[in-house]
Amino acid sequence: MCGATTGGVSLDDVDVAKETIIQGVVYRDDAPLAGAYVRLLDSSGEFTAEVPTSATGQFRFFAAPGTWTVRTLAPGAESVDRSVVASKGAVNTVDVTVG
Amino acid sequence: MSRESVLVSADWVEQHLDDPKVVLLEVDEDTTAYDKNHIRGAVKVNWNEDLRDPVRRDILTKEQFESLLSRLGVSPDDTVVLYGGNNNWFAAYAYWEFKYYGHEDVRLLDGGRKKWELDNRELVDDVPERTPTQYTAKEPDTSIRAFRDEVVGAIGDKNLVDVRSPDEYAGRLLAPAHLPQEVSQVPGHIPTAANIPWSKAANDDGTFRSDDELRELYSEAGVDLNNDTIAYCRIGERSSHTWFVLREILGVPNVKNYDGSWTEYGSLVGVPVAVGDEPGRA
Repeated sequence: MCGATTGGVSLDDVDVAKETIIQGVVYRDDAPLAGAYVRLLDSSGEFTAEVPTSATGQFRFFAAPGTWTVRTLAPGAESVDRSVVASKGAVNTVDVTVG
Repeated sequence: MSRESVLVSADWVEQHLDDPKVVLLEVDEDTTAYDKNHIRGAVKVNWNEDLRDPVRRDILTKEQFESLLSRLGVSPDDTVVLYGGNNNWFAAYAYWEFKYYGHEDVRLLDGGRKKWELDNRELVDDVPERTPTQYTAKEPDTSIRAFRDEVVGAIGDKNLVDVRSPDEYAGRLLAPAHLPQEVSQVPGHIPTAANIPWSKAANDDGTFRSDDELRELYSEAGVDLNNDTIAYCRIGERSSHTWFVLREILGVPNVKNYDGSWTEYGSLVGVPVAVGDEPGRA
């Protein structure tokens, strides 16, 4: 993964300048957690999107500039909310640890 | 229709894993999800390849649907249980298509794949072999499908329910936020459409809310369910979820899914479009 952004899968096919990317890795016990569910909520708390994490614990959203909440659900864990202020043309990174 | 005849719980599915008259079908947007693992006995339905015409933008023809169900080994009197990722979006789309071609007993697994995974229930990677059938479908039930002319005519007359996220409705996003945003159609919504995101009908674990909560959701948003209703989203899968809630769970009769949805409407020349958070005028 030479040159890869920390916590991200390849952005080779993505025009980063046009997108507002929110991405990160979900961890449990210091290891990346596959198959967790990450939801993106807008500034009013309304659901906008949801993805399962990849085999390496990664997730990614294409949002719009503004304040978002990243909510993570995993088997046997309480859901975890993380707030992020995202800007266009940037890769906005949010890493999450679940119990 | 009632909740019990169209929805099954994860416990129900576990009790019927070896029932030969129950066929489990997994339908995902991420078509590789099934290949990793799935519920024992479940057969894969590829949303992209199996549920749409391979050339034109359309759902399957009757003949294509018959060929799909024959290949999957489904008989007309089988109970088909559909489930999938994305809170059953594509499973609901398949459900709607199965009903369009008259399959009698179709149900959704409440919560879909996510609830099953969050419960830590068994997933396997064995792919079952099913014996093909000679499936005969019924004529399309056009009472559950809306086309573009009817949608344009419904502005200011029938209920239009836009089930996308508030940011897509307002035109700030052009697609769900797990997808890149570069698409060709204009942003916005159909004037007079109420924005009732599909997600308000579901709990965090993907299960549907109670009948009372669901009725309240639409009445509070000012949707008179005595009037005809057309639901739409971007490509018709999330609106299948809402169509399922209204017609199948709550038993509201005059509800159609507009599967052309925003990718069609937002590309039409000359039709009215509203942007921003307000429904707009007819």
